[in-house]
Formats: sequence, C-alpha cells, structure tokens
Amino acid sequence: MLQIRVMDELLRLLKENALESPRNLAKMLNQSEDAVKARIADYERTGVIRGYQAVVNEDKLDIDRVSAVIEVKITPEREGGYDELANRIGRFPEVDSIYLMSGGFDLLIFVKGRNLKEVAFFVSDKLATIEGVVSTVTHFMLKTYKDSGVLMEAEKERERLGVTP
Amino acid sequence: MKSPIARHLIGVPRSGIRDFFEIVSARKGVISLGIGEPDFVTPWHISEAALFALERGATAYTSNLGILELREEVARYMERFYKVSYDPKTEILITVGVSEALDLAIRALIEPGDEVLYHEPCYVSYAPVVTFAHGKAVAVSTRREDDFRLTRAALEAKVSPRTKVLLLNFPTNPTGAVLPRKDCEEIAAFAIEHDLVVLTDEIYAELTYAGGHVSIASLPGMKERTIFLNGFSKTWAMTGWRIGFACAPPELTEAMMKIHQYTIMCAPTLGQKAAIEALRHGEADAEHMRKDYEKRRNYICASLEEMGIPCHLPKGAFYAFPYIGHFGLSSKDFALNLLDQENVACVPGTAFGSSGEGFIRCAYAANMPNIKEAMSRMARFVGKLRK
Repeated sequence: MLQIRVMDELLRLLKENALESPRNLAKMLNQSEDAVKARIADYERTGVIRGYQAVVNEDKLDIDRVSAVIEVKITPEREGGYDELANRIGRFPEVDSIYLMSGGFDLLIFVKGRNLKEVAFFVSDKLATIEGVVSTVTHFMLKTYKDSGVLMEAEKERERLGVTP
Repeated sequence: MKSPIARHLIGVPRSGIRDFFEIVSARKGVISLGIGEPDFVTPWHISEAALFALERGATAYTSNLGILELREEVARYMERFYKVSYDPKTEILITVGVSEALDLAIRALIEPGDEVLYHEPCYVSYAPVVTFAHGKAVAVSTRREDDFRLTRAALEAKVSPRTKVLLLNFPTNPTGAVLPRKDCEEIAAFAIEHDLVVLTDEIYAELTYAGGHVSIASLPGMKERTIFLNGFSKTWAMTGWRIGFACAPPELTEAMMKIHQYTIMCAPTLGQKAAIEALRHGEADAEHMRKDYEKRRNYICASLEEMGIPCHLPKGAFYAFPYIGHFGLSSKDFALNLLDQENVACVPGTAFGSSGEGFIRCAYAANMPNIKEAMSRMARFVGKLRK
C-alpha cells in the first residue's frame, strides 16, 4: 500500500477540479507532465483515487429525486465486525455513502430514490430486514446548500477595481 | 487666478496605475492581471468575528495607539514570525493600512532636503510620500540580471551626507524579489555605517514561497534604528479593512503617534477587531493562500517562458515581472496593445519607476481560470507581434 502521510498538492488540485489537464497540473506544480501522469496512474492503481465525479446541484434539475439520511443501529457480527454488515448494506445501489459513527447509532447512510415511496420501501423491506440491523431512523433532505465543498448557489461576482497598485 | 496648488505637489505625477485604471475601466470583458490585492475574500472566521463585534457595539473610538489587545497580539506575532520583541504599550502603533504608517514614518523623520534611499522598481507611493514631506527620494535601481536583489554596492553609489532613511520593501511589489539573510546583513551593516534609519515595509513577508523570510529588524543592532511596517491586507486578504501597523522603538513610535493622533485619531475599530481574530486564529489561512499563489505563480511563469517571454521565478509577493523589451515596444505600448487586442490588463513596468521600462507586471492574485485564459490570449498576442 502506498503510504501517504499528507495529502499532496496534486490530490488537492484534483479534488478541486478533476478535469484539470496533466499539462496544466504539471505547470502549476513545477513538474514534468510525465511525472504528473505517472503519479495519477499510481494513485488510481493503489486505490487512493477511487473515481471522478461531477458535483451536481440536483435542485436545479426537473427530476423526481429524494435523498434521505438514515441512522442505523446494528449488532456487529461475530467475525466480520461492523465491516461485513456495512459492506452488505453498501452494495445496494440506492446507497450513496455509508459511514461508521461514534455516538448513539452505528452507521450513517445516505440514500437516494426517485420518490418518498421508493426510499421508504428500501428502508422497510431491504435495510430493516437485514440480520443484525436493530433499528433505523430516517431523515429526508429538503434542500442542498453545500455539497463536497461547493456552495450550490454561485456567489455574485465581487466588486474589485480593475487595476490597483 | 494663479494655481493655488502647493508647488511641491504639482511636480508629483499622477500614479501611472491610475491612468491605466481609467483606460481599463472603460472597457468590458477585461481579464485583469493588474490587481495588486488578493482575489480571496477575507476568511469567514475573521469577517464573522467582526460581525459579532459589531453586534456587541464595537463602534466607538479606540486608543490612539490601537486596541491594546490587538497590540499584544501583534507583539506575539512579531516575536513568532519575525523574531523581534516589541513592547505592546510603547512600541506598536495600529494604523490605517501600511500606507498611513509609511506616511507617518516619513513625516516623523524627514526635514526639508533630507534624502531617502529606496530601491526601484517599487510600489508607487514611496517617492511621492517623501516629496510630500519635502524630502528628496533617491532611487537605487535593481536589475533583472541580479533577480532584482538590492546590493550594498548599488546603495553606496547613491548615499550622501544628507541621506537619513533607507526604505526597503522585501518581498518587493512589483518584482517579487526577496532579501536573503546575507544581503540583509550587508544592508544592515551599510545602514549602521551611514547611521541611517531603516524603514522596512514587509507586507508580503508571509508570501515568501521557499520560506525563510528574514526581517532586517531582527538583526543585531538594527531594532533601535528600524521602523517595521506591516498589515493585514495581503496575508489575510483584508485590503478593504484598512488595518496596518508600525513597530519601532518608543521615541519613534511616540513621534508617529503624535501625527496619527492629530490627523487620523485611530484606525477603524471594526477592522481592529477583525485583525485580532486574524492573528489569533488565522495561521492556517495564510498557509492555504500561499499554497494557492505558488501554483498560480508556477503556471504563469511556465506559460510566459513557453511563449518566449523571459520571467524569473519570483520568490515572494504575488507578482510576475516578465521582460518584454525584446518585442521592440515600450512597456506602456505593450500593455496598451495587449489590452486593445486581447482585453488583458497588465501594468506597464514604468508605473513602478523608470527602471521598470521593458517589463510588465502580471499579478497572479487572480483566479486560475482567469490566469489560464489570460495566458492563452497573451500567447496569441505575442504570436502576432512576432510576425
């Protein structure tokens, strides 16, 4: 496994804009284009980079879409601990993200569906019936203000003078 | 009626930047690399602290010297970052930006005919402020061949019995030059030998990319003859708050305070509150911005070199100062044509003194998409010039 002590500048740039070309990244980092490409390939190979996605403001789209956050209490399995169960839940395509939490519940699950009914069905028929799931609390999301570090509403251009000393 | 304007003022030309600003303002869709201020907004925790202070009624005058709490924070910051100790009660004065601090220092020191040595190309205010105080500003040119470093030899050539002050600005606007320890020591020895007061504007100190900024005030025997100027504008993206400070031995601080007290009263209260927050919890902000600027600097310099415009890699501040003399155009014409043909604004080097001829200043305190677009437009412009 590739040891990464601090998130390096290349990853920071890619997290800001995954579409940035290797040529531009190389210029910004004062590196050769080949070195940057090799590094990215390395990250992809070792699983440091797991994918590239667009940050979409779904509130702007005229589609039916419902998101929910579900707090789940589970009983860890004898051998697999929390991981087995979490991975089992994570394999459902409805599940967007899933985290193990400290505090009053164990797993925090982000779920997407076409409508309320679909999400409700997922919770009652699929999630709650899994062996080891003790209880669920479902919160439906109403509006997204910020996602993945990006404010959903573009801020107005600030007033700045055109030329200053 | 004969012109009522004071004669010593008539001789001072308007800032070349101001002329250029008016041309740029009249156009639409300009990408500007001409802006000498961060494109970041003030970090939210700082603005939020000011809002809280406003809610609590921080709307009255403060002590002439500035809020004591802020001076104490400045003292800690000076110790931490610049390795110099100042007494917050008698050696620190909070001002309306470095601009005011500079004016105070010059007026506190200069009598008619006294000379001030300053290095050029430089920030636009230095020479005029000296002239307004009836002093004589004496330029010492720095050169591209030396990475715009200031050398003792250059200073020795311009010093005279009337020289009283040496004005330094490292890292330098517009060249991005820094003052390595060895140069700093030589210049300190020069100042001591000629018994000069050193006025050092270190507003860009936190933007030193390889680290290791050395303040001349920290060298042995220098604190007593140095007035140290700094502010919050560049490090914390707080240009509009107008907060700077001066650190100097009690006698000098008291003299500056006298002028400040009768002309300004005190720096804006809300800005001072914001500044306290910046010093207490803002160390990571500076780091974050420096890292961003560094990438933009690398990008802009690599792009300029690609189009055949030699550009030394600036070690500090956020300006690239490329050489464009080989295109056969003056700095001003180059900048005007670039604006006219490609709608990209850079500042002609001559705005920073006559030794800036042959150069343009490209600020990389602009966002990356704009820098990219500006560079591709400039490459097209340069391609046409070559034909």
